[in-house]
Formats: sequence, structure tokens, C-alpha cells
Amino acid sequence: MTDLSLSNQSIATKPAPPTEATAFRLPTQWIGVAPFFVFALMFLIMPTLYLVIGAFQTGEGGFTLDNVLQLVSDPSIANSYWVSIKISFWSAIVGAFAGLAIAVAIVRGGLPSWVRSATLTFSGVASNFAGLPLAFAFIATLGRVGIVTVLLRDIFNLNIYALGFNFLTTWGLIVVYLFFQIPLMVVIIVPAIDGLKKEWNEAAATLGATQWQYWRMVVIPVLFPSFLGTVILLFANAFGAIATAYAFAGPQLNIVPIKLYSQINGDVLHNPQLGYAIAFGMIVITGLANVFYIWFRTRSERWLK
Amino acid sequence: MKSGKFWAWVVFGIGTAYFFIPLLATFEFSLRMRRGVHSFDAYQVVLGDPRFQATFLYSVVAAIFTIILGVLIVVPAAYWIRLRLPQIRPIVEFITLLPLVIPAIVIVFGYIRMYGSNSPLPFLASDLGASALLVIGYATLALPYMYRAVDTGLRTIDVRTLTEAAQILGAGWGTIITRVILPNVLIAVLSGAFLTFAIVIGEFTMASLLNRPAFGPYLQNIGANRAYEPAALAIIAFAITWGCMSLIQILSRFAPKSANRPN
Repeated sequence: MTDLSLSNQSIATKPAPPTEATAFRLPTQWIGVAPFFVFALMFLIMPTLYLVIGAFQTGEGGFTLDNVLQLVSDPSIANSYWVSIKISFWSAIVGAFAGLAIAVAIVRGGLPSWVRSATLTFSGVASNFAGLPLAFAFIATLGRVGIVTVLLRDIFNLNIYALGFNFLTTWGLIVVYLFFQIPLMVVIIVPAIDGLKKEWNEAAATLGATQWQYWRMVVIPVLFPSFLGTVILLFANAFGAIATAYAFAGPQLNIVPIKLYSQINGDVLHNPQLGYAIAFGMIVITGLANVFYIWFRTRSERWLK
Repeated sequence: MKSGKFWAWVVFGIGTAYFFIPLLATFEFSLRMRRGVHSFDAYQVVLGDPRFQATFLYSVVAAIFTIILGVLIVVPAAYWIRLRLPQIRPIVEFITLLPLVIPAIVIVFGYIRMYGSNSPLPFLASDLGASALLVIGYATLALPYMYRAVDTGLRTIDVRTLTEAAQILGAGWGTIITRVILPNVLIAVLSGAFLTFAIVIGEFTMASLLNRPAFGPYLQNIGANRAYEPAALAIIAFAITWGCMSLIQILSRFAPKSANRPN
């Protein structure tokens, strides 16, 4: 019975099951979650707070808003935020709708069941296939001497680079990011579509609803929270992504994470505090996205009750 | 519903084209190293490169330590929350989701400034410390996936009854967690472990900024300097990811099924 000596006196004297809830808790109750909280505090929350505080400090430690204001006033930094937001936003939106279309097709489209399981397996893989290897794959495909580029040029006499295609444009990066955005949407939204009960469709039909009305008044409201939540997740996913873009152009490409990367490596902005401000700006943007999500979800949950 | 089925095939077809053309093209490209014929030269060059072997080994070891650290942090916490502290579940879930909100580059930037050579906790003063910090950073990246996997596993077993039964038989907390709870959620833990492995193995940002000789920075270096090897590495990386995901799927067949599935 060594365990009882480990737990505190109040439990030792009271042979109640360990789950019994009491209003007052001794600190030993927290022993199981202590490593988790210490870890989260030391390696997740405090480092983030450190940067947030640094964003509002001068090099000497005084309070200032200059760093944060410079995010907007410095045209190169402001532009990098704008490009990053554009890429993340559109890759999230296009990825979400494309993923939804694929999910609906494989769940509700009457396709053979192997299509569904194969798509889900593949999506699990592709959603984790990001970073440098993804960039390599697209360079081998659509790079200057990529297989598809050469095929299009030789067979259809179509030079995509003459037409303005480039990985370093907003849409070039979006095309690449979709390779992990779409599968991530599929992986998350398929269970939500599975949750739509067949009876709801029958009930709607019994009440005289058209298929369009069923979608507009039943399916869309039910799916909306998970759909929106996933869009936000895709946005944050793309916003923080750096390796893929870095593989295309190294440090030249002007998106926020690459700007921060160069700043950390070599203080290219000649102001260490500005690096904190850029990090702070990134947290604010992904944080705001989540606030929107929570706000939308509470609103839509009200309708779902 | 005939037209519905037609459009479903169209959507599926477009999706298949978008996803398979790059993979097939990459594979084809990776075979072109020897002029005029298809060969596996690029793979031979890559696999025979001592830097490939060294960095890959480094990342595998880092991934294993990440998994161990993740399990040590997540399993006791998830278990304890189910057993004793259900009221703090929302807080813990919120924290485990933070790494999806805070970009990895921001987290590692915080590390560099907080745990630099001149700080009270100078992780970055030594190679071993920097490697430890990389493992810690990877553990935060894996936290959302590890926590969810373990929590889902715990949901399928009756934590309270098992704990009480073990206590009646005289087991201590250490015994309960390692010999009763862990074996019961082993499959869930392994799923989280393979996902962690897939995320960590080619990770670039943290490894590069902490200046570690990991696989990610090696990939970047090859990508910037070679033509055919990157394509071969992309195929190898895809195969590794595929392997991890297949193992998770195979494992899920052995997972205990129960009425209270994840909601």
C-alpha cells in the first residue's frame, strides 16, 4: 500500500474512490498535471510572452509603441504581412471549398467505397507532406525544367513561364500550398459530413423541402461551425509555413515568416526589437482569426440548439 | 441522383489529377539523373551520402526523444484530468491547441531569446542543450496531436474502474500509470507517436534556427544546390510519411472499440 503514503492525508484517512470531487483541493491533487503545466509555461507560454513584451520595449527596456507602429509604417514589412495574409486567406478559402467538394463527393456522391477509403488514407498522408519535400516535388513538376512544364511546352507549345506563372507569385504559392490545405480539409470535414443523419434528409423531403432547401437550411448550418473552424486552421497553417516558400527562393521572398527568419538569423532590419514586433504581429493575426472562429461558433451553436 | 454521381466522379477526377501529377512527375524527374535513360542514380547518390545518413540519424533520434518526452508530459496529464480534474479540461485543451495558433518560428524565436548563452537557463550554451531544446520544441509542435490521440484512447477505457481496481490490489501511482493505463492506451500513444515522427523528421524551421545538424537543414542545402537529388528526397520523404500514416491505420484496427466514441 505504498501508494497511500504518496497521496495526501485527506485521502488516506478517507477511503473514498479517487474521483470523489470536493470543493477544496490540496496542491497534491495537481501532481499529475504539474509536468504538463510546467512544460507549457516554460516552453510555450513564457517564450511567447517574452516576445510580446519585447515588442513594446526599446533596446534599453523602456516602454515604446515604435516597434509595433513600424510594422505598418515600414513599407517592406507592411507588404510582407499583406502578401502573407493574401496567400493564407486564399489558400485557406480555395482549399476549404475544394476539400469540401471532395469530401461531399466521396461521402455523398455514391462512389464505390474504395474511393472513400483511398481518398482518406491519401489525405492523411498529403496533409502531412509539407515543407521542403513539397517544394522539391513542385519544382520537379512545374519548375523551369519540370516534367509538366516541358511537356506543356513541347506538346502544346505552351510556355507557362511566358504566361506569367511563377512559384514566387501569390498564386504560384497558393497552388503549392493547396497540396496540404485540401487534404487537411478533407480529413477534418469528412467526419462532420458523416455526422449528417440520413433521417434529416428524409424528414426534410417529407416536409416538402427541395434538395436545395435541404442543403441551405439543414446541411450548411450544421456544417458551418466545423467548416469555418477548419478555414481558420488552414489560414494559421499557411500563415506560419516557411520551409516550402524558403525552398523556392531562399530569403528573398517577402512573406512574414521568411522576414522573421532572416531577422532572427542576422538582424537584417538592424533593430532587434523589431523582430519581436514581427513575431507579435504574427501572433495577433492568428489569434484574431481564432477569436473570429470562437465568436462565429458560439453564434452558430445558438442556432443549432 | 445520376447527375450527382457524375459530378462526384468529376470532382474526384480533378482532385486525383492535382495530387497525382506532381507525385508522378517528381518520381519521373528523380529517375533522370543519368542522361538518356531512367535510373535510380539519384537515390543511390542520396542514400550513399554520409551527410544524409548522419542528418537522418540525428532526426530519427530527435524524433524518438520527442515521442518519449511527449508521452511523459501528456499521458499523466490526460489521465489525471479524466480521473480527478475534469474541470480544468478546457484550459488544458486550449493550451494543447496553442501550437496550432502560434507559428513554430515564433516559438523557436522565443527560445533563442529566453534560453540563450547568457540567460539563467542557458540551453543554447552547449550542443547537447541545443539538441534538448530542439526536442522540447518538437514536443510542443506535436502536443496537439499527442494530446488528442491519448485523450481519445483514454475515452475508450474506463479509467476510474481500472484505477480503483489497481488501487485495491495495492498498486502505486507509478504502477497504475505504467502497467495499467499505458498498456490500455498503447495503440493511441503509438498513433500519436507515428504522427509525431512524420511531423518531426523533415522539420526545417526550428532545426535550422537552433543550428542543429538535422535532416531538414540538409534537405534545404541539397534543394539549393542539386537538380535531381531533391526529387529523390521528395519521394523518400513522401514514402516515410506514407509509412507512418499506414502504421497508424493498421494500429487503429487493433484499437479497442467502445460505445463512447469521440464526440
